[in-house]
Amino acid sequence: MATNENKSSLEVIPRNEEKIKKIWKTAGILLVLTSIEFLFAFTLPRGLLLYAIFIGLTIWKAKYIMMEFMHLGEEAKPLFYSIIVPLIFLVWLVIALMREGSDIFMIRW
Amino acid sequence: MSTTATAVGVSSKRGIWGGGNEPLKASYGKLMMWFFLLSDIFTFAAFLTAYAAIRVSYPGYAGPEDVFVGSNEYWPVPEMVFDAIPFFHGVHIPLAFVGLMTFILIMSSVTMVLAVEAGHRNDRPDVVKWLLWTLLGGITFLSCQAWEWSHFIHGTDGGSLMTYVNNLGQIVSETVYGANLAVNEYGPAAFAQLFFFITGFHGFHVTIGVFLLFLAFYQAAVGVYERRGHYEMVEKIGLYWHFVDLVWVFVFTFFYLI
Repeated sequence: MATNENKSSLEVIPRNEEKIKKIWKTAGILLVLTSIEFLFAFTLPRGLLLYAIFIGLTIWKAKYIMMEFMHLGEEAKPLFYSIIVPLIFLVWLVIALMREGSDIFMIRW
Repeated sequence: MSTTATAVGVSSKRGIWGGGNEPLKASYGKLMMWFFLLSDIFTFAAFLTAYAAIRVSYPGYAGPEDVFVGSNEYWPVPEMVFDAIPFFHGVHIPLAFVGLMTFILIMSSVTMVLAVEAGHRNDRPDVVKWLLWTLLGGITFLSCQAWEWSHFIHGTDGGSLMTYVNNLGQIVSETVYGANLAVNEYGPAAFAQLFFFITGFHGFHVTIGVFLLFLAFYQAAVGVYERRGHYEMVEKIGLYWHFVDLVWVFVFTFFYLI
């Protein structure tokens, strides 16, 4: 049972409407970017240009989710870099595996 | 939320990494959640890069889209595969259902960030309200995915004529309906295998997220966090939930758009 002793009297801070507005604004941006992806999926011809646009928009959305929703931008700089910098390895992974995939394509077809 | 550590008896000459303070200004739990998420980013990135590598090793479907037929000779067009929606049997509505799923997951991420924000303000009713919305979003997303899988496995009315090596090692030509790990009516066997593995692994993460959300919802509702004095658990589960959304953004692009 919660006794008076361990029942903390946490002070409720009133809503900061500006902060909440910013959250909904970010949500709006994410939904608009997704709608643009849909629009392009049905209007532009399939090809490398379209794929590059899709990947660019996706990374843009990822940036919003990580910085605004996960508040990574507000963390201490060393924490921020220890999350972001290791992702450089993915660049190598993508280049190596795409090369591998297209070589398999050349041999197979 | 970490308390600012004013280390007693620690010389200022020691510097920020000399111990006695919190260089990263985050609690142990939050740090470990971030590093777990970093390792999970690598797991999903490996899955999606493998998808891309296998995809470029097949020719893409090049003909006009309205006469598309599934074949294991080329990679299918996603709009032609994912075109079903509940209650509209046999109607071609490309990508609408997966668009709805994306919308649900993004909205549940928004309600989650509102719950975290309410937690910073120690506002118990708001935390409970927004966590309940997030929980609902997560469960709805999982239900949609269950339908999506069920449709993918059972397939279309027409199926596709496939020539493939069956599990007895014989080459067979027959009409294939739906998908399993050996053959599917949409494209090469790897297409369905990757679909099951990647969306399955993501769905598994969502399932764990729903359990964690329920835990946070229950504990916030009965006042555990209020007695504890802070709502950091909501923040940590929030990080995980946003990550699930982040992964879906990438899965959506690679599976359904490209």
